[in-house]
Amino acid sequence: MAVAAAPATELARVKAVVGRQTALRRLALLAPALFIVFLFGVCPLFIILIYSFLESGAYGGVDWVFSTDAYVSFLFTRDMFDPSVMSFNSSNLEIFWRSFLLALFATAASLLIGFPTAYFMATRPRSTRTLWLFLITLPFWTNLLVRTFAMMLLIRDEGFINDGLIWFGVIDRPIVMLYTDFAVALGLLYSFLPFMILPLYASLEKIDFRLVEAGFDLYANRAKVLRRIIIPLAKPGIIAGSILVFIPALGAYITPTLLGGGRDLMIGNLIALQFGGSRNWPFGSALALILMSVVLVFLMIYARVSSERNVQHG
Amino acid sequence: MEKQIAVEARGATKIFGTGEETVRALDDVSVAIRENQFFTLLGPSGCGKTTLLRLIAGFELPSAGDILLEGQSVTHLPPYKRLVNTVFQSYALFPHMTVAENIAFGLEMRGLGKAETAKRVEEMLALVRLGKLGGRRPAQLSGGQQQRVALARALANRPKVLLLDEPLSALDLKLRKEMQIELKRIQLETGITFVFVTHDQEEALTMSDRIAVMNFGKILQIGSPTAIYEHPTSRFVADFIGETNLVEVGAAAPANGHVRLRFAAGNEVEVALPEGVAPGGRATVALRPERISLTRDAARMLTGRIDNIVYFGTDTSFYLTLDDGKPLLVRVQNREGARRSYEVGEQVGIAFRPDAVQLLRD
Repeated sequence: MAVAAAPATELARVKAVVGRQTALRRLALLAPALFIVFLFGVCPLFIILIYSFLESGAYGGVDWVFSTDAYVSFLFTRDMFDPSVMSFNSSNLEIFWRSFLLALFATAASLLIGFPTAYFMATRPRSTRTLWLFLITLPFWTNLLVRTFAMMLLIRDEGFINDGLIWFGVIDRPIVMLYTDFAVALGLLYSFLPFMILPLYASLEKIDFRLVEAGFDLYANRAKVLRRIIIPLAKPGIIAGSILVFIPALGAYITPTLLGGGRDLMIGNLIALQFGGSRNWPFGSALALILMSVVLVFLMIYARVSSERNVQHG
Repeated sequence: MEKQIAVEARGATKIFGTGEETVRALDDVSVAIRENQFFTLLGPSGCGKTTLLRLIAGFELPSAGDILLEGQSVTHLPPYKRLVNTVFQSYALFPHMTVAENIAFGLEMRGLGKAETAKRVEEMLALVRLGKLGGRRPAQLSGGQQQRVALARALANRPKVLLLDEPLSALDLKLRKEMQIELKRIQLETGITFVFVTHDQEEALTMSDRIAVMNFGKILQIGSPTAIYEHPTSRFVADFIGETNLVEVGAAAPANGHVRLRFAAGNEVEVALPEGVAPGGRATVALRPERISLTRDAARMLTGRIDNIVYFGTDTSFYLTLDDGKPLLVRVQNREGARRSYEVGEQVGIAFRPDAVQLLRD
């Protein structure tokens, strides 16, 4: 027995050493990425957190005096003559609400448009799928700014669309599209559509289409097969795509700036304004953190719901 | 009592591809399958058996011909409007549903009430002996259990016809044998017509009431397992089902539905002329290895030399080369007292009764 036990402990020891070594090697592989995330992700976050509890400097920057003014002013405005009197101000909430609605629209619309597209791609012969994937990623080859400017050329009052409609006699004066919520929504949809299609495609492509046949065999018509089989199986892609569209759309900056014309602000513009024209860095920092908290809350609710569902189905 | 026709194909043809690269997967196939039967489509891969099954299920539209269910044409009905269910080769269980949800799916789609559905699911789980596994996901089951779920899911709908597309091919040998018996039991218990596709001739012989042997998109022979095995009408069927010896013989002109065949050793045998056979001087006959024996007597049909002797326990196989150079297999049961020692290299005669001779069409 002792003879047999000795090699066993020896084996365990060797395994532990090898295990430590592979763990170290993995850490070495991760280190550059971790370093960058820490330096440019975690550090700025701390700086923003600290700034949000300071007072703003008269010429930008911050004064090192502790204050919760930045958070208070998110919802309340101090009276101009008596700073101790505060009144409720909903304008920031409205901007958040508008951003939320626009991001939600972009997510829903890109899902509606992206799902059939991704389904089409996933059901092509394997050899042509690469081509479709390439076409979907084609917009990434040009800068978003350039594409947004191109969109302005299309939808402005003297743009191709209005000119064309007038030329064909459909309308006699231009439809105002640029610098409206519609333009922003369209811009968001256009910018983020590929981020919806790609994860959708990835999960639709994995579906065994014999399951669709099985659905038909079991008396489900097309609509029922879509609802009961394809959509549930594509759910990981739907969720990933929705997150990838909703979160960046919520904080979008370029699209509302150019297409919204700066009249109807989104959160991204509001934050940028604090670090620029308004010279209120603490308020900008607070806004950024509030936005992040909102997003995190959404993600946590989602994680809770999906894990509960998994437990339920065992 | 005459049994009704459950499913019928009339001149069913399926051509895949376009232009010059067309494949005639199914070529003018007509077959009528009676109610309550275990009917097997048997053939090598690419013979069209799965295509015929898919035409019956409604997954493919025939290029020509008709598919009838209980006398009604269903050729243009989508699969979800046919009272036919399929057990897929890959099982195709819905991975996002539990076993019970899988089985309930078809019932739910047809609008059966909750209570009735639950009852039916219970019944099916009991029928396929998976009583307590209703809450599991397909991924948590073994291959054999998944197979049973697929069967239960299809049978829950009480279809007119159950189509089974090589359902046992993914199972290991022991499980396959078990499931063969299970399937047969379930077919007898439910009384549902089974159309079973397989390339395994042993599976077909043990389970079926009737077998259709297919090759190159055509049905070559339809009959009971015994008829198919003992009276194959074509070279392909004789060769595909079990082990067989194909021997060239001389044939006299047929008379009164009989024909005299002359074997190499000089002896003649008169056999009934099967339908569609018109021997012209030469003919091919099939001889099952277990229906022929070795002899040292002068009364022999063929002569050959023993190349190899293989002992199998229950029987012994003798591999011979005939005088005309063709190989021949003789299988002799090892019975007490019946053993006669033959040596490798020995010249022996081959004897058999006239009813062992099966005259082939080609």
